[in-house]
Amino acid sequence: MSASSTLKSGRLGHGQAVGAVGAGVAVTVLAFWLTPLQGRADFGVVAYLAGTAGYLLAAARTEGRRSVVDRLAAVLMATTVGVCLLALGSVLIYTAVRGLTSMDWYFFTHSMNGVGPRDDAGGAYHAIVGTLQQVLLASLIAVPSGLLVAIYLTEYGRGRLASLVRTVVDVMVGIPSIVAGLFIYAFWVLGLGRGFSGFAAAMALSILMLPIVVRSAEEMIKLVPPSLREAAYALGIPRWRAILKVVLPTASAGITTGVMLAVARVTGETAPLLLTAFGFDSIQNDPFSGPQSSLPLFVFGQASSAFGAAVDRAWAGALTLIAVVLLLTVAARLVTRRNRLV
Amino acid sequence: MTTLVAGAVVVVLLAMTVFLLIRAWPAVRTAGGDFLTERQWFPDATPARFGIAALVWGTVVSSILALAVAVPVAVGSALYVTEYARPAVGRWIGYVVDVLAAVPSVVYGLWGLLFLVPRMVPVQRFLAEHLGFVPFFDNPDGVYGKSVFAASVVLALMVLPIVAAVSREIFRQVPQELREASIALGATRWEVIRTSVLPPSRSGVIGAVILGLGRALGETIAVALVLAATFEVHLRILEPGGNTIAANIATKFGESGDVGRSALIASGLILFAITLGATMFARRVIRRSALR
Repeated sequence: MSASSTLKSGRLGHGQAVGAVGAGVAVTVLAFWLTPLQGRADFGVVAYLAGTAGYLLAAARTEGRRSVVDRLAAVLMATTVGVCLLALGSVLIYTAVRGLTSMDWYFFTHSMNGVGPRDDAGGAYHAIVGTLQQVLLASLIAVPSGLLVAIYLTEYGRGRLASLVRTVVDVMVGIPSIVAGLFIYAFWVLGLGRGFSGFAAAMALSILMLPIVVRSAEEMIKLVPPSLREAAYALGIPRWRAILKVVLPTASAGITTGVMLAVARVTGETAPLLLTAFGFDSIQNDPFSGPQSSLPLFVFGQASSAFGAAVDRAWAGALTLIAVVLLLTVAARLVTRRNRLV
Repeated sequence: MTTLVAGAVVVVLLAMTVFLLIRAWPAVRTAGGDFLTERQWFPDATPARFGIAALVWGTVVSSILALAVAVPVAVGSALYVTEYARPAVGRWIGYVVDVLAAVPSVVYGLWGLLFLVPRMVPVQRFLAEHLGFVPFFDNPDGVYGKSVFAASVVLALMVLPIVAAVSREIFRQVPQELREASIALGATRWEVIRTSVLPPSRSGVIGAVILGLGRALGETIAVALVLAATFEVHLRILEPGGNTIAANIATKFGESGDVGRSALIASGLILFAITLGATMFARRVIRRSALR
């Protein structure tokens, strides 16, 4: 009985599918038991392939070619999602396990002043101070100017200057983070002779933040319904007050999300800081004078060392960094979810 | 006032570019035409011998390899979210991709160096022993570890979320009527994707891939941690070694003298030019493909 002779072709039942996959896995178990094949990862790969093969063979027995191809495509796409989950899971879990073993109160309250790479001492206090100051300063520069640029582009921008500003923002999105560091190094550190400092790092970070803030604020301001604005104009309110009192408050939730995502992104940046903050082992409370450390720099520095104690510190720093960045990201999502414009 | 700030942003960016050019000039003058062809990097030696040939090669090869790994996974997962998964499941996969994008690059570097590289040694050995006749997989020394291939896998993870997120938006923009028309003709789900979803999204997905390429080209810290810096030009991606422009700046900056730093700035300008070209191209392709 061929599938084409009947109006309704055969269909692989659910139980049959499970059985076919199970048969594939069972063959793998046997193969690993009886032959020299071994290893957990190898078992996973072979079991996956054998299970898929069993599933597709079973489908080929009852269904037509098109349906088998369809099932193959579905398996492949589900696999890609599995790869994403596996990758994320292994990064997060491995960092958490390694980080938690070497993370304690001492780690958060001490700097690396006078600690050698082999000493099992020292902490990230100086780096946390540096990161907080640099990210705060970067936000103080990038958020207001980014908002103003976004307002300019949506409310006032016409003609040559507007298209130039738009191009510049487009270009800034594509600036590799290390090049942002080089900008500030050539301009501020060398050009104006101000030397390495936390503030220089903040400027480099603000170059990376600005386009993200502009983009998200622009999108959010565009979503504000024109009727709201028109209502304000009808009451005789000048344009700047309508923007300040009607447009911005309406878009504020979305803008906050964009700002928080931008902050999360630059908190994890390492490359530009190498060329601007440079890194420093002691506590440096003044971001305007002299080299300063930061969490990403701390992790990078400790990871570059071959000694176990340094690597443990790197994992603890990495876990701290991930925790901060993920908290910001999740919080940003929650803000949008609660007040949705649209 | 908004006009002033917008103008100031433009002026500051131009000023910085000028400063970069001024600072890069001494190195370019010292090296002359060798800057483009020399592989070694000894800018502070006398006589100075340095050039970006090996760096540009490593940057391009590792980025393309990263895309080759990341793009199928990213596009596949984006298709799964828009075409297969229930909305709630799709939203969760979206969160996972967002979190992947949020993990800082230094964490990927640390994880790649201490978790992935040791675990990839058997995979690399398998490839070299069974596919060694392909020039890419040849590894005559039999030493495995911090290779361009391993670095590309780490890069692939970092590129994946961008490509996945942008492709997902593009697939969402495909009008539902196109899918329904295929379904009405009796197409299976895969045939719907092949005939109704992929053709109109093609240029958009190309744009997404090039955006990912921009990220891979400029990635610094993860590569600096995972690669053992060498300055060679060859196709053997399983051999330990290799370098990229960005990683070279990060590792050499601390120890460089005046000419060395000038040379690093010059190499950074080349990197800027390459990524700028790629992103501008991507933006144009995406804009042209916008389904509205």
